[in-house]
Amino acid sequence: MDKLLFGDNQFFGINHMSEEKARAQAMRFQRSDAIMEVLDTAYDAGIKTFMCTTHDRIAEITARIRAEPARYDGFQFYPCMPYAHKYANAVTEHGMMGALREFMPKDGLLATALTGTITLATKEIDGVEKMLIDMEMKMFKGTKTPVIFIQNVFTDLLLGMGFTRAFRIFDDHIRETYGAEPAYITMNMPALLDALEREGIERPIICSNINKIGFRMSGGFDAYLDALKSGRVRAVAMSVYASGAIPADEAIHWISELPGVESIVFGASSAGNIRGTKALVDTYMGETVS
Amino acid sequence: MDKIKTAVVGLGKMGLSHFSMVNAHPDGDAVACVGSGCIVDLLSKNTTTPIYKDYSDMLAQAAPQAVVIATPSRLHAPMVEAALDQGCHVFCEKPFCLEWADSARLSAMAADKSLVAQVGYHYRYVGAFQEMKRLVEAGAIGRITHILAAAYGPVVLRPKRTTWRTDKAEGGGCLYDYAAHPLNLLNWFFGVPDQVIGSHLGHVFSEGTDDEVFSTLRWNEGPTAQLSVNWADESHRKMSTKISLIGTNGRLQADRQECQVFLRKPVEGLPDYGEGWTVKYTTELTQDRWFYLRGEEYSAQIDEFVRAIRAGNGAAQENSFDSATQTDKTMAMIIENAKTGLPVGEARAAGPQPRKKRGWFGR
Repeated sequence: MDKLLFGDNQFFGINHMSEEKARAQAMRFQRSDAIMEVLDTAYDAGIKTFMCTTHDRIAEITARIRAEPARYDGFQFYPCMPYAHKYANAVTEHGMMGALREFMPKDGLLATALTGTITLATKEIDGVEKMLIDMEMKMFKGTKTPVIFIQNVFTDLLLGMGFTRAFRIFDDHIRETYGAEPAYITMNMPALLDALEREGIERPIICSNINKIGFRMSGGFDAYLDALKSGRVRAVAMSVYASGAIPADEAIHWISELPGVESIVFGASSAGNIRGTKALVDTYMGETVS
Repeated sequence: MDKIKTAVVGLGKMGLSHFSMVNAHPDGDAVACVGSGCIVDLLSKNTTTPIYKDYSDMLAQAAPQAVVIATPSRLHAPMVEAALDQGCHVFCEKPFCLEWADSARLSAMAADKSLVAQVGYHYRYVGAFQEMKRLVEAGAIGRITHILAAAYGPVVLRPKRTTWRTDKAEGGGCLYDYAAHPLNLLNWFFGVPDQVIGSHLGHVFSEGTDDEVFSTLRWNEGPTAQLSVNWADESHRKMSTKISLIGTNGRLQADRQECQVFLRKPVEGLPDYGEGWTVKYTTELTQDRWFYLRGEEYSAQIDEFVRAIRAGNGAAQENSFDSATQTDKTMAMIIENAKTGLPVGEARAAGPQPRKKRGWFGR
């Protein structure tokens, strides 16, 4: 993995500090041209990986990357699936079963199962999960996707429920079908790491908040540091600035001295912030190695 | 110490998330109860949690100490009553009951049995609104006269009537689902309004229920609030709730992310707040809980419920049945006012701020 990954919250009106800023960003980035401009700035600054949600609008971005293979030779996506609000809104509108029906092929086994007339066998449930993954991955066809994540709301919902077999299915399917590294976003890293190991998933790539002030590091700051030091996890750090609470230099310097952190993911929309973060990562974390 | 056996009833959107949090809680031991066969299959094959299909069977066989009810709102009253009857602590999703007389009765019943009885108004666990409550109580902006309470979001965006949420009889609709939240916050700050006028429950796409709500709420010699709620607004990514207050010493407004205050003059006892604007963010006002799923407030309310049971408090820390009854009563006033067009209740208007006496030469 590259040392620095570019995130996408800023493009989709997600801001943990302010609804006004979130709306201003949603307005600014409603045209894909505006997103592309920022991605170009990041790419030209040497940030080659775009870690993004499987939001419908990402399809426009993947289309542009495919259209100019020479320009974007080194460009790669780390898809994060699924875009949770798409499902949450569908569940509110159609109910749980109705939402599944919305997203699945209209005929076939699952459609029949959802009518309640037959019972699904375990193997068929696995098939449903694989089918959902494949639908999310469609928009990335013909692009490089060496690492593929599950979004934190889904990871943490499954983790809490104890439905961890879903991680095993995901892991196998991503390796077998996409030849990619399966990875996990979570707000509960220490608990997830234990659960993944119980499923036989060793040294997983886990993206979670890691910052000097322990902001949204659920399970406890010390448990995170212990996990990192143990060498059991390949960590991607997000919220390294803790939504702006830690000065950039101090934040990156602190992260760079942690064992186990392979990458940082950050979102920004100004050229100054993008180049500034890239420079800090180069200074403290050295050259990119893959 | 033994874990608290907690049954989560109804595994829809809220139920699944409650189930996940209870199951992950170090003091929680979850069982689940759900009607849908497909979800029973899925969970029983993939988790170790015992799953029941029938509520009465579950209460009898699993004998839980606590019950989390996340079924369609119409079912809340009978299910809560059955749980209290059996001596279970109860966490019920909002709105509490569709008839506020049921709410009051169940509230008395829970108090009588010294059971922890809580309702899921999670906004009371959002740091920015907690700060707003603290500032209102400290009198930060003086005498509050003017309130705007709003909630918008994308729930019903086309003419379809497919779930209980869009069925009034089931307890669906924009009033119960959305407006309940800002109303519950106003009840927290100011109590039940004395008068409700100018209410409108409007249809945008739904035939069976309301998609937008307007109302004017008045408190005796106190503030007047205007409520504006619409769940057919796609410009919002998810539900957004905002309360704005204007008082004689400034303005105070909060949403899920931040609490913004403008003070004309500093106030004793609030050293963090100077003249002019001060902004505090939920991120700095909130502490991490044992498990994070969708926001700290959801974890926090379940955590407090479990802790109140563990501590043997015999009552909820926040969002008691009593407090949720206030909101049910407020919504009943709005429904009646919208139906008849006549004011519901009476409120004495507040007079202007008395002028200070001037000296002979002062002006």
